[in-house]
Amino acid sequence: MSFFSEALWVLLLGSLLGLELIGKVPPTLHTPLMSGANAISGITMLAALTLIIKSGDNLPLLIIGSISLGFALFNVIGGFLVTDRMLAMFSRKKTRK
Amino acid sequence: MTFIAPVKFAIDLLAVLLLALGIKGLSKVRSAREANRLAAIAMILAAFGVLFNSQGTIGISLNSWIWIISGTLIGGFLGALTAKRVPMTAMPEIVALFNGCGGMSSLLVALGVALFPSVEGSDSSVGELVRNFSIFVSLFVGAITFSGSIVAMAKLQGWLSTPSWTQSKARHFFNILCAVLVLIGGIYLLIDGQNGLFLIVVASSLLGIGVTLPIGGADMPVVISLLNSYSGVAAAAAGFVVGSQLLIVAGAMVGAAGLILTQVMCDGMNRSLVSVLFGGALGSSSVTSGGGGGEYTNITSCSPEECALTLEAAEKVIIVPGYGLAVAQAQHTLREVTRVLENADIEVTYAIHPVAGRMPGHMNVLLAEADVPYEQLKEMDVINPEFPATDVVLVLGANDVVNPQAKNDETSPLYGMPVLDVQEARTVFVVKRGMSAGYSGIKNDLFDLQNTSMVFGDAKKVLGDLLLELKELGVGSKG
Repeated sequence: MSFFSEALWVLLLGSLLGLELIGKVPPTLHTPLMSGANAISGITMLAALTLIIKSGDNLPLLIIGSISLGFALFNVIGGFLVTDRMLAMFSRKKTRK
Repeated sequence: MTFIAPVKFAIDLLAVLLLALGIKGLSKVRSAREANRLAAIAMILAAFGVLFNSQGTIGISLNSWIWIISGTLIGGFLGALTAKRVPMTAMPEIVALFNGCGGMSSLLVALGVALFPSVEGSDSSVGELVRNFSIFVSLFVGAITFSGSIVAMAKLQGWLSTPSWTQSKARHFFNILCAVLVLIGGIYLLIDGQNGLFLIVVASSLLGIGVTLPIGGADMPVVISLLNSYSGVAAAAAGFVVGSQLLIVAGAMVGAAGLILTQVMCDGMNRSLVSVLFGGALGSSSVTSGGGGGEYTNITSCSPEECALTLEAAEKVIIVPGYGLAVAQAQHTLREVTRVLENADIEVTYAIHPVAGRMPGHMNVLLAEADVPYEQLKEMDVINPEFPATDVVLVLGANDVVNPQAKNDETSPLYGMPVLDVQEARTVFVVKRGMSAGYSGIKNDLFDLQNTSMVFGDAKKVLGDLLLELKELGVGSKG
């Protein structure tokens, strides 16, 4: 099977999985979930990494890749930390009770 | 070196598993925090997998390492700093900002591959047409995500207002023009893989601005959620560009999950996604369309002092927090008021409408930050039967979500929206800055009712005054 048809299957199944996973969420968690999912969408950092690794000595490409990686990590690290900050507030209440 | 591919494969599988478990766990209060960490670990694993695989097969040059490390450090540091510094009330803006950057990242990858085709994806079996199409999607969606998110953030922060032309028909013309230009650029790109790149980026960015700019403040969270979904799509497209299945799975999951979340938000506001995106601000059209209009005839206003006297005599109080409370950042003052009431053995609960605050769940976060016990937050379906047995309802900066028109008046544009039945309570106090209409621009029949009194003023100031009055009355001071 070529990469393309394999990748299409992956796309299809990944989408279905995403639809199923989010089925029932209490409204309380919508904001943290949005923020967490947002952090995961920074997975595009893998593409940026690949780009940098493959660009060899091509300086413009290295720069593009590095900026891209920076944007992605801003998204990933910021996203996870901010989500954690929100969720910490819920769990703190829980344990104190 | 034959073990490298299987190891990389195993790492990828594990990462996908953890990501899926992470998203799943984020949908339950008890497991949410661990789930978030799980997802973060999955990301680290995934990055490690790429580095490990590349080091083992083609090798990573020192030069590449330098650029990788500097990009990681700068982006990561700024991200961590932003996440630590930002106030909880600004959460929607910050999600928009992060999200836009994710879109920008996908865009840049596609741009890099398109400009320097020599560094094609790891799998050369990706045909040229497929590759160019993936680049097109990645550029298009990435640019829309970025420009749209930045506009959304600027509007929520109040840096940008809504220009009048965006409320006219001209905006449709503008957007269609941009869309056509994107298509032209796309066709050029599909033909030879380089031409049309910048046309696509510029036209897509303008399209993102043109679509987001007319949308009103209260609809913005829906747009952010939708853009969040887009950034997943952009990541999946980038996965096609560089030939990474892990990226495709993760992007697709986020894309699909984002769509569901967007739909849930729309349902809560009784709005269809189409009307959010193409209808412009609801207020501009519905006020003139008849139904739900009319003048107020029977407004009673009262001072915080009178409000305090009534609260003192109450046994059961329900607080209805809304957007106005978040804007006034009054959640901490509110918590102090409710503490006093609780000390006086008055039962206090909070009625949380599904779209209270600025995003679904945002109000819960804000109240949690102010130390309100999670158990006191009641969802709409749970709290609605309790209103008839309630002495005092305190509506803080909420408007449309407590409008009885949504139940009683079939001609009202709000008709059918789920609302809190606050009018069933014995006394209702509405804290509001003035008589201006709510977000929807619709008259609120609640304000005209016999048992409703208006307390005019900024939520934080009113609550502060209320706190003083309650203390003067000796409420809650034990002994």
